[in-house]
Amino acid sequence: MASTSTVTVPAPGKSVWDGGVSPMNASYGKLMMWFFLLSDAFTFSALLITYGLVRSSHAGYDGAVENFVFSQAYWPIPEKVFDAVPFFHGLTAPLVFVGLMTFILIMSSVTMVLAVEAGHRMDKPAVEKWMLWTIIGGITFLSCQAWEWSHFIHGTDAGGLLADGTKFFGANLSINQYGPPDFAAFFFFITGFHGFHVFSGVMLNFLIYYNTVTGVYERRGHYEMVEKVGLYWHFVDLVWVFVFTFFYLV
Amino acid sequence: MATTHTHTNIDTHHHDDHDHEHHEGNFWTNYIFCQDHKVIAKQFLITGIFWALFGGILSVIFRLQLGFPEMSLEWLRPLLGGWITPEGKIDAEFYLALVTMHGTIMVFFVLTAGLSGTFSNFLIPLQIGARDMASGFMNMLSYWFFFLSSVVMLSSFFIETGPASGGWTVYPPLSALPQAMHGSGLGMTLWLVAMALFIVSSLLGGINYITTIINMRTRGMSFTRMPLTIWAFFFTAIIGVLSFPVLFAAALLLIFDRSFGTSFFLSDIYIGGEALANVGGSPILFQHLFWFLGHPEVYIVLLPALGISSEIIATNSRKPIFGYKAMIGSMLFIAILSFIVWAHHMFVTGMNPFLGSIFMLLTLIIAVPSAVKIFNYVTTLWKGNIRFTSAMLFSIGLVSFFLTGGITGIFLGNSAIDIQLHDTYFVVAHFHLVMGSASFFGMMAGVYHWFPKFFGRMMNEKLGYVHFWLTFVGVYMVFFPMHYIGIAGFPRRYYSWTNFETFEGFTDLNTLVSVAAILTLSAQFIFLFNFFYSIYRGRKASANPWKSTTLEWTTPRNPGHGNWPGEIPAVYRWPYDYSKPGAKDDFIPQTIPFSETQESNLPHENELIKLETSNGDGAIVVEGSKH
Repeated sequence: MASTSTVTVPAPGKSVWDGGVSPMNASYGKLMMWFFLLSDAFTFSALLITYGLVRSSHAGYDGAVENFVFSQAYWPIPEKVFDAVPFFHGLTAPLVFVGLMTFILIMSSVTMVLAVEAGHRMDKPAVEKWMLWTIIGGITFLSCQAWEWSHFIHGTDAGGLLADGTKFFGANLSINQYGPPDFAAFFFFITGFHGFHVFSGVMLNFLIYYNTVTGVYERRGHYEMVEKVGLYWHFVDLVWVFVFTFFYLV
Repeated sequence: MATTHTHTNIDTHHHDDHDHEHHEGNFWTNYIFCQDHKVIAKQFLITGIFWALFGGILSVIFRLQLGFPEMSLEWLRPLLGGWITPEGKIDAEFYLALVTMHGTIMVFFVLTAGLSGTFSNFLIPLQIGARDMASGFMNMLSYWFFFLSSVVMLSSFFIETGPASGGWTVYPPLSALPQAMHGSGLGMTLWLVAMALFIVSSLLGGINYITTIINMRTRGMSFTRMPLTIWAFFFTAIIGVLSFPVLFAAALLLIFDRSFGTSFFLSDIYIGGEALANVGGSPILFQHLFWFLGHPEVYIVLLPALGISSEIIATNSRKPIFGYKAMIGSMLFIAILSFIVWAHHMFVTGMNPFLGSIFMLLTLIIAVPSAVKIFNYVTTLWKGNIRFTSAMLFSIGLVSFFLTGGITGIFLGNSAIDIQLHDTYFVVAHFHLVMGSASFFGMMAGVYHWFPKFFGRMMNEKLGYVHFWLTFVGVYMVFFPMHYIGIAGFPRRYYSWTNFETFEGFTDLNTLVSVAAILTLSAQFIFLFNFFYSIYRGRKASANPWKSTTLEWTTPRNPGHGNWPGEIPAVYRWPYDYSKPGAKDDFIPQTIPFSETQESNLPHENELIKLETSNGDGAIVVEGSKH
């Protein structure tokens, strides 16, 4: 069914919407991916709006930034929470590690673009190369996230005081040392939900990589599957940009 | 021409594929894990009918409690066991489970999956001229996710603590705290799991419907030549794809609150004298998320029914639908508005009155496109050669319910009047008429009308009339009195009102409602008999029994895989050329070119003849288009 490549030129007085042709010159699979992403965007929007509303119903910290300490009374300043870097215990480097994660994820989008482009040229070795880089980028991101979660869960050396005056180190879904319980709950839920998307994306990427290596797409005559999964991968990246903005920057 | 050639090639290729499947397939591939849209539609229909009957029986059980509070229900013990108290009454918590499950089942399993799943699947490929859905495999998955969801939901009736009981809207904190009531235990977990599966099913279906309509239309089937059914399914699918994910997000958050100790929707709660640790969340937030789905859901339920009735009313009035483009426009307008009115369900949650007045304004605007639709239905009927088939009667019944129920919507949409009417039987009466009964009648109309295409046989018209009149009268007898009970302030979901002196005067009215509910449910058995009997013994249908113009009637009596044995017919005109002046017959199918109907063409249609000979250059992209 690969022989369907056509440039759609409607006859005079006719339009591409008149039926018998695909009006957007796209296969159904690609359209489906777009509509799925639209739907998924609504899921993430719902979660982020929920986060925003709950956060805004909590008190913010309004003292000087230098004097900030963790407290259950107000929402923490994110850069005070996410300031650790692996192998540099004790170093205060606000948002450096998460910035690196973000950079890696965005770079994996770039390699995905290159894979799609190589697919258009029917260049099998290049598709393999760039898909592999994309997979490595995805796995690195997930590994970084695992470290960040682990650090978040185990907490800082000093810990923090809970509302009842006891000291607590780290975070779980019900309580955390950094601030109100909802802070950690939303962190786990939303970054976890996004991480699950990245994980699914890595699985899909691997599937594509495998099919490329075994020559499935070469025999099929086109690399459209790379494009479809590429759409998903870019979407996951885009969502991260929003998650990053709302969790770490503001 | 070369490209047209490609196009035909694809079609035949597809067809061969399917034929191959058809002959080689066994019972499992032909009937169970079938990817043919017609079989999947029938699977949805049969499952929907099962759930409709199940949900209907639940309602009669709780109507017995409301209508006959003194009655001994000991005879239900073999069925309900421990849910009947030693005094022979329905257990008060089980009563709540009954109303919860009645609502859930009817809204989601019957009127979403049963209605949209059946008719979108069946009619989209047949009416736009496609061999099948864009992805038959995803379509099959859509049904099996729905089936799995049904199994999980049904299983909650067989556990010790019973099914979910917090109302079909499952508001936390009631639904979030297992210690609050039995129904918030395992039953609620199963409810959430079932709904998550249901949402997956609905998304798989919806994405498929949208894509099929955009990409797979046959030659000549422009958007403005699509039957209104297809337009309705198109909007329905878009609404579903955009609103269900929000419920999905809310359900996931609720699952975390219930099982993993978070406080997204919980704060400052005392239960049984004990203070809970949850702080910071907001139960109102859940209501916002829920109704962001919940309100569009009303139109997910209603629009397919409106599309079906448009088609049936035009066909059986032997007249073009009045205001074809106005019908599309009003559906579009309704679809857009459906996303920005959700908070009218929450006027009494303490929201800012100014915000309330904005939502009130937006809500009342829905009356405009709705009125356009009613007007168009009536003007289509006006001076038509009306044939009162069963399907036509049900469609007219739909218009009646849509009007009666819609008018009370204007009361409820008013944020001041809502203070009195909120959560009373007035609301129950309103949505059962405008959404429940109207959509149910649309579904029935669809079954009667397309039964010949479903099964190649006709249903019995006499039994259809009896079914219609008993149901129509029954529905009004059930829901009309509820308006009075509601205005008096009688709250919904109450197990018993006998302790309130104020409501004693309504005992007789409640008894009447219950009797009518039993009558209405009984009438459905006439339909069931008619339906199953006609599948095997009904009169064989002719190719086009209703003398209709749309494409599905150009298929063989029992269309096989691929729908059309040869090439897919092209389309040359809109679907409502009924009783066209000058025409030989009182209908002209969409497949007849204008060049063959010189005697009835309008001046601008003569212009179109030139275009009919040029076969557009292009093809349906299946996969792998070059840029």
